[in-house]
Amino acid sequence: MLDILKAPILSVQEFLILSAKAILGVFRRPRYHNDTFLQMDVIGFGSLPIVILTGFFSGAVMALQMSKALSQYGAVGKTGELVTISLVRELGPVLTSLMVAGRNSSGMASELGSMKVTEQIDAMRALGTDPVQKLVVPRLIATCFVLPLLTVVADFLGMLGGFVIAYTLLQMSPDFYWNSAWQSIGYNDMFQGLIKPFAFAFIVALVGCHYGIRTAGGTQGVGRSTTRAVVVASVWIFILDFFITRFFVNV
Amino acid sequence: MLPGAGRSVLRFENVSLAFDETPALAGVSFDVREGETRILLGSAGSGKTVLLKMALGLLRPDSGRVFVFGEDITGLPEARLFDIRARIGILFQEGGLFDSLTIEENVAYPLLNQRLLRIPVSEAAPRVEEALRFVELEHTLEKLPSELSGGMRRRVGIARAVVSRPPLVLYDSPTAGLDPITAHTIVSLIMKARDLENTTTLIVTHRYQDGTWMHDFRYNPKSGQLEADRRELRPEKPATVFSVMREGRVVFEGGRAEIEACTDPYVAKFVKH
Ligand SMILES: Nc1ncnc2c1ncn2[C@@H]1O[C@H](COP(=O)(O)OP(=O)(O)O)[C@@H](O)[C@H]1O
Ligand SMILES: [Mg+2]
Repeated sequence: MLDILKAPILSVQEFLILSAKAILGVFRRPRYHNDTFLQMDVIGFGSLPIVILTGFFSGAVMALQMSKALSQYGAVGKTGELVTISLVRELGPVLTSLMVAGRNSSGMASELGSMKVTEQIDAMRALGTDPVQKLVVPRLIATCFVLPLLTVVADFLGMLGGFVIAYTLLQMSPDFYWNSAWQSIGYNDMFQGLIKPFAFAFIVALVGCHYGIRTAGGTQGVGRSTTRAVVVASVWIFILDFFITRFFVNV
Repeated sequence: MLPGAGRSVLRFENVSLAFDETPALAGVSFDVREGETRILLGSAGSGKTVLLKMALGLLRPDSGRVFVFGEDITGLPEARLFDIRARIGILFQEGGLFDSLTIEENVAYPLLNQRLLRIPVSEAAPRVEEALRFVELEHTLEKLPSELSGGMRRRVGIARAVVSRPPLVLYDSPTAGLDPITAHTIVSLIMKARDLENTTTLIVTHRYQDGTWMHDFRYNPKSGQLEADRRELRPEKPATVFSVMREGRVVFEGGRAEIEACTDPYVAKFVKH
């Protein structure tokens, strides 16, 4: 029994140590600005197309579903409001983070994992650089900066997707849709909608790097790390989402 | 037979390390003296790479002590270890070249990143070129490691290991997976690096032949040629010492005559090849 628990506990311990080092590392020198900008480009611009597509279509789908449900109460006019609130509070942050986890947690795990098995991470330490500072910190900073921005893009495209449905199928006037949409967003929603992707960014970057750095067992090991990083990051995004939501929503 | 003279450069005292209860090193002790050539033989998984990484402070022992240049590095914090590593050159078994950096950037890496060595980029360039000329790869400055052959990558690794002229250089399986001619080139380069600066050298290898070459020959800086090492002319020079590892233990340590006379079947297996 204890033996079964030993590996996961060790892994969690390693993860926490890495997280602590990386978060402290943000405030420490040396700073590798070039690596940070490169990662922002990779994560930000690289994820833009999928974030645009998922955002747009999830907004459109929601508008379809909501209007059907709302029509039973004769409240189709509330479609814009509902779409917007669900997007800003939940779907935008969660879907965007899941997409970026699928793309970049795996990317980080495989990149750092190949560096680990070809002894490049050992070489870094042997030749005078701290791999956490050089590899993990730039990825963490870049993800924390980029993920909230991507979420805003996804939110907006979701509202646009909702609008296309509302305008074409529900014959809603543009003024009405956009007014009800904007007015439905409160400060609380905005705050919640931005704090979530910021928090999920830690999961995306740190889980990806953690599995990358502890890769063992050659090329096969890299494959294993990559898969695990995506699965674990995605699950933790849902778990953390629950707790953040619980904090904002007082029943 | 083991040379008593010379300062200790790398010393292990009863060092053990286990991964998940499986011992990788079990009570390893040895002492490499200044100017010595140490050949480390042993089958795959016997702990040779772990031993080298421990000498660099990349792995910490569970018990025992590691001394580098006479300093106990066992409990040193990472920041202090960087100062020790600045004086050790290393060629990794898997190459360890940074595949996102050009050959030039790879070789310049220790000069630009080691706190103790750090020099401006303009001063690094000529030294990088010199190191690459040493391994006859000065035409590959702008290439990426993926564009080079296995043997060429090994040579770049050697250039990177010696570019800062460290007093101790560790080579992890420098000839593994290479054809005999390329392997010969690599050993000649290691010999040249050793004899130009009188560097203490530790080589991990499967091939006993690599060890006998390092033992029998030397590079003559005056003539620029390899020549038979006439040891009787330089009695002060420490001999080449062979160590054989098996399952995390050093099971043999001695000079060429002793290893060839050794009757232990595990040790004899390496000599026969
Ligand atoms: N990071 C690690 N995690 C777990 N086991 C390891 C690790 N590094 C090495 N080992 C184990 O330690 C033993 C010695 O490995 P190594 O020193 O690489 O052998 P070799 O003599 O072939 O270089 C092997 O059994 C290997 O599986
Ligand atoms: Mg090895």
